[in-house]
Amino acid sequence: MTAGFEQLRQAAEEQWDRLTASDTPVITVGTATCGRSAGALDTLDVLRGELAGRDLEVRFVEVGCLGPCYAEPLVTVSLPGAATVCFASVDLKGARKIAAYVAGGELPEDLALATTGPDSIPGIPDLMDTPVMKGQVRRVLRNCGVVDPGDIGHSLARGAYSGLQRAIELEGDARIAELERSGLRGRGGAGFPVSRKWNFCIDAPGDTRYVICNADEGDPGAFMNRSLLEGDPHAVLEGMIIAGLTIGAAEGFIYCRAEYPLALERLAVAIEQAEQAGFLGPDALGPGRPFRIKVKEGAGAFVCGEETALIASLEGRRGMPRPRPPFPAVSGLWGCPTVINNVETLASVALIFQHGADWYAEYGTARSKGTKTFALVGNVKRPGLVEVPLGTTLREMIFDIGGGISSGHQFKAVQTGGPSGGCLPEDKLDIPVDYESLQEAGTIMGSGGIVVMDERTCMVDFARYFLDFAADESCGECGPCRLGTRQLLRILEDITQGKGSASDMELLEGLSHNVMRGSLCGLGQTAPNPVLTTLRYFRDEYVAHIESRTCPALACRDFIAFEIDEEMCNGCTACAVLCPVDGITGDRDHLHEINAAVCIKCGVCSDTCSFGAVETVSARP
Amino acid sequence: MATNNLGPVLSAFERRPESLISLLQAVQESLGYLPPDALGTVARHARVPRSRVYGVASFYSQFRFNPVGRQRVAVCRGTACHVGGARFILEQLERTLGIPEGQTTEDMEYSLETVACIGCCGLAPCISVNDEVSAKLTPKKVRKQFKQARK
Ligand SMILES: Cc1cc2nc3c(=O)[nH]c(=O)nc-3n(C[C@H](O)[C@H](O)[C@H](O)COP(=O)(O)O)c2cc1C
Repeated sequence: MTAGFEQLRQAAEEQWDRLTASDTPVITVGTATCGRSAGALDTLDVLRGELAGRDLEVRFVEVGCLGPCYAEPLVTVSLPGAATVCFASVDLKGARKIAAYVAGGELPEDLALATTGPDSIPGIPDLMDTPVMKGQVRRVLRNCGVVDPGDIGHSLARGAYSGLQRAIELEGDARIAELERSGLRGRGGAGFPVSRKWNFCIDAPGDTRYVICNADEGDPGAFMNRSLLEGDPHAVLEGMIIAGLTIGAAEGFIYCRAEYPLALERLAVAIEQAEQAGFLGPDALGPGRPFRIKVKEGAGAFVCGEETALIASLEGRRGMPRPRPPFPAVSGLWGCPTVINNVETLASVALIFQHGADWYAEYGTARSKGTKTFALVGNVKRPGLVEVPLGTTLREMIFDIGGGISSGHQFKAVQTGGPSGGCLPEDKLDIPVDYESLQEAGTIMGSGGIVVMDERTCMVDFARYFLDFAADESCGECGPCRLGTRQLLRILEDITQGKGSASDMELLEGLSHNVMRGSLCGLGQTAPNPVLTTLRYFRDEYVAHIESRTCPALACRDFIAFEIDEEMCNGCTACAVLCPVDGITGDRDHLHEINAAVCIKCGVCSDTCSFGAVETVSARP
Repeated sequence: MATNNLGPVLSAFERRPESLISLLQAVQESLGYLPPDALGTVARHARVPRSRVYGVASFYSQFRFNPVGRQRVAVCRGTACHVGGARFILEQLERTLGIPEGQTTEDMEYSLETVACIGCCGLAPCISVNDEVSAKLTPKKVRKQFKQARK
């Protein structure tokens, strides 16, 4: 296998060198889900079409997501003898300009985001010097947006499966020691040390063991795992195979949510290619030592991200959690010892074995080692997928990498950890992002979703949103979660609808603590976090809703009205035509008026008005 | 495809209880939904009682017991989309398509649903139509996109 691996790798490296130092133009287009949703496939079609008629050989490569979602679709062009340029927001017009450039025309500098190769162009920064990339350390994401995930050769040339080779050469104990030295903690939420989990599994009695990759990524507002699966699936496979080797498993499962069709497609291709190359199959872990991976599609239940519920679902049952212990490491799939890890955890395992534990632990804090990927979204200028050393502050992430708050607005809050996490205010932005610091502040690291909000988001409504989610996704097995989340939701609904009463805040706090204490699994145990943190840091907003019957963010419908500004309205009739309840009157070229009695506050008028004449004002319910 | 022709769809899976979810997914994929008699067929194939098939199918939000429209419009209710005004997108779609969330138009052209998170949070708010995602939406864009289609 080892000699065979060297051959494979050499061939892949030669292929990669031919591509990167090619004397034909190479055009790379990011066609992950985010790129596609911004129109990347149309962009690719135009590029192909424009260049097809010419007597010019061009190579097209489809890659995953580079990370800066705000700049999608991203196109990178490498012409022989010229610097490689990455172009941003390439719409159809932009695609034509780029095609002209490839055919010998001028460089469309207005579209250029950065250069990505060793060569530079005056006036265009290197990608890693751009504000969005500067604070980042791309390790887990090093291949995303760079390699073709449908071609194992690309990944091999960039080091894939060399970690597996090293792991095979190491003695059993040395593998765990390597992991322990790296300090890697689970990236799926709880941050449990990976070496300890794997050790528990090794020590558990049993003949058959399993590896499970948790690709359920249920947190709304998070897409780190999707990007990794779509952009670099081999990293995840390699981590799983190393896990199989270390714990002595012959079979692994990837439980991937059905909402990620492209990730599922890319995984299927990657598995097939890994089988052909011998990384999976009868001799994957050495002669006569098989390892196989099967993909199972989730069916749309958030709770199935919880490990025991996930296992129940894999076994073909309703995805309900069970009490732990026993932990899956001791009794998991079919009652067998099972290691279950998150997508990013497993990709990090591959990195650690490729580069060594010391290299991995170069970054991070004393207790949180390495880098972590985050989905930085919400009201920031540059939303996207980022990777930073643990210990980076929220402020650096939001303001340096994310470019700050969308223009004209102010920072209000940031939510980390999805539905299990909490909201932090401005004065908490300087805490380092590591497992312990976030917990002290009342939130959690979670899987890496970071949602930024400006003054337009109502914090009571935001807590209501998460409780709506939790109540909806509660599996119903235990009472505290099933009934408690619903009750919390009702109280929050009352408050946001102008029916709150003075005792509600105390009631919310008491109930929250009981739900946390009494629930069977992490869903209920953490679901009240958004309520408790908003009560802790944004209490004045609760007070405003309950006592003065106002919504400071002007977001809750029962506390607002729409009005038309006399100065701004020019009587264009656009709002009146579109009002779904015929609630706007006025003659053409004359001031229009909203009939408050029939207005359903749908916001169509303010969305439609090109003159900014429709104002949202405070109104008592 | 009629329910009694499900043989080839089912035979790709082992006749064991753990195939249940995959079986249901395959049946829904080919029929568009899970009609009552298909549940019985799946039960026999997986060798489990019908009650268990129904129990599993009703637990997961992916499974539907009613036919859906040719175009499945799903509004993302992820956090970034929520912050970006997803409810206005949903309400606009309800008005433009003339159906509330969870329903299908009479001509069986459109179904309107919500989905937990599509994972395109960097380009919120977004929707998907038969798994194809449109991003950075506003009520205005949605109205245009579907108004032309409704004509
Ligand atoms: C309600 C709930 C949902 C969860 N969802 C996920 C998920 O989507 N992805 C994930 O990796 N872990 C999720 N977890 C955590 C898993 O239970 C488990 O801790 C994790 O997969 C372990 O992997 P790690 O140690 O590599 O993080 C969830 C936990 C709970 C309680």
